[in-house]
Amino acid sequence: MAVKEEVIEILNTIIGEDISDQMDEDFFDNGLLDSMATVELLLDLESKFDIQAPVSEFDRNEWNTPNKVVAKVESLIG
Amino acid sequence: MLNLQPYADPQYFVYLLLALVPLAVGLYFGKRIDWYEVIVSLVFIFLMFNGKKYHEGYAIIGFMIWQWLLVWGYTLYRKKSNNALVFYFATLLAILPLVIVKVSAPAHWTHVSTLLGFLGISYLTFRSTAMILETRDGSIKTFNPWLFLRFMLFMPSISSGPIDRYRRFEKDITSVPSREKYVSMLEKAVWYFFLGFLYKFIISHYLGEVWLPYIQAFAIDAAQVHHGWTWWLIPYMYTTGLNLFFDFAGYSLFAVATSYVMGIELPMNFDKPFLSKNLKEFWNRWHITLSFWFRDYIFMRFVFLIMKKKWIKSRVTTSNIAYIFNMLVMGFWHGLHWYYIAYGLFHGVGLVINDAWIRYKKKHNVPHNKWTDAIAIVITFNVVMLSFLLFSGFLDTLWFK
Repeated sequence: MAVKEEVIEILNTIIGEDISDQMDEDFFDNGLLDSMATVELLLDLESKFDIQAPVSEFDRNEWNTPNKVVAKVESLIG
Repeated sequence: MLNLQPYADPQYFVYLLLALVPLAVGLYFGKRIDWYEVIVSLVFIFLMFNGKKYHEGYAIIGFMIWQWLLVWGYTLYRKKSNNALVFYFATLLAILPLVIVKVSAPAHWTHVSTLLGFLGISYLTFRSTAMILETRDGSIKTFNPWLFLRFMLFMPSISSGPIDRYRRFEKDITSVPSREKYVSMLEKAVWYFFLGFLYKFIISHYLGEVWLPYIQAFAIDAAQVHHGWTWWLIPYMYTTGLNLFFDFAGYSLFAVATSYVMGIELPMNFDKPFLSKNLKEFWNRWHITLSFWFRDYIFMRFVFLIMKKKWIKSRVTTSNIAYIFNMLVMGFWHGLHWYYIAYGLFHGVGLVINDAWIRYKKKHNVPHNKWTDAIAIVITFNVVMLSFLLFSGFLDTLWFK
C-alpha cells in the first residue's frame, strides 16, 4: 500500500494536481506529463525507492497511467 | 547494370511485391521463411547500390563491419564493467562515419564523401547508436550478430526510415503474427500503398516538379529587382512545405506498407501533423520516429544528466536549454548549412515559447473552445511553414548565390 501512496504523492507534486481519482487515465494523452516531467518522475522514483529506472527502460506504453507506474515500481523493487 | 532506387518508380513496386509473395504466403500459413526474407532483402539492397552506385555499396559494407564490431565489442565490455568514458567513446565511434560524411560535403572533400557515404547512412547510424545507448542502460544485454544485421539492414526502411528500435524489431522478427492480425496488416498495407501513390506520385509530383520550378523562377526574377524580397516567397513557402510533407509521408507509407507485408510492424512516421495545435504537438506528429529518437536519446538523457548532477536548479531553464540543444543537434544533423542550423534554432526557440505559453495558460486559466483550437491550428501551421521555407535553403539561393 505504501508504494502506491508514495507514487501518487510524487505524481501529484510533478503534475501539480491531484491524480488519485484518475488512476487509469493516460497522462501522456491528456497532456499532464511531458518528457521533462517524465525525467523528474524517473529521478524521484530512483531516489525514493532506490531502484534503477534508466531512460531506455521507459516504454511509454508501460508507464502511461498512475496505476501502471505503481505496478512498474513494485516490480522494480522486486 | 540494373539499379533500383527504393520506391522510385512504379516498376519497383511490381518487382518488390512479386518478390514478397512467397514470404506473405508463408506468414499467412503461420511460418516466417527467414532464409527467403534474407535473400530478397539482400537482392534489393544489392540492386540499390549496384551499377553507378557501386562505391556506395563498398561504403555500406565497410560501415556495417565497423558498427558490427563496435556494438559487439561494447556489449562484451558492458558485461564486465561500465565506465562512462568508454561509453562516450563508443558513442563517438558509432557516429564518427556520419560526422565525417556530413563535414566532408560542405568542405568539398569529395573523395572522402565518396569513400564513406551511402544512401541511408544517417538512418543506420541512428539504429546502431541507440543500441549502444540501450546497452549502456542495461536494456540490451546480449549481442546477437545475426539479428543485428537483420535489424540494421531491414530492407523496407534502409534508405530513409522510419527508424525502428532494436528491442521492438526483435519481438516482431522472432515471431509470426496470428492470421487474423496478419490479414489486418495486409489490409492496412494495401491502403498505405495507395495513399502513398496519391501523396508521392500525384500530389508531390505537382507540388514539387510542376509548380515549384515556376514559382522559384518568378521569385528569383522578382527578388533581383527588389533587393532579395518578393511576394513570390509566400506561395513558395506553402508549396515547398506541403511538398516536403507529401513526398516524405508518401515514402514513409511505402516503407511501412512493405514492412507490414513482411509481418513487421514498423512504426508510422506521420500523424496528420498539420492539425497540431502547437509546436510541441507538431513534433509528436511530424517525422515521428526521428523526433522520438531525439526525444528519447538526446532530450531526455540530457535533462536526466542535468537534473541528476544538479547543474541547473530551475526546471524551466533546464527544459529551455534542453529544447534548444536538442533542436540544434537536429539542425546540424540535417547538414552543415546555415539554413539547417537556423531551422533547428527556430524550432528550439519555438518550443521554449510554446512551453512558456502553456505555463501562462495554466496559471491564468485562459479559456479555450473549438474557435481558439482552430486559431491555434492555423498559427501552428504557418509557423511550421515558415520554418520549412528556411529549411528549403531557397533563401540561401536568393540572398547569397
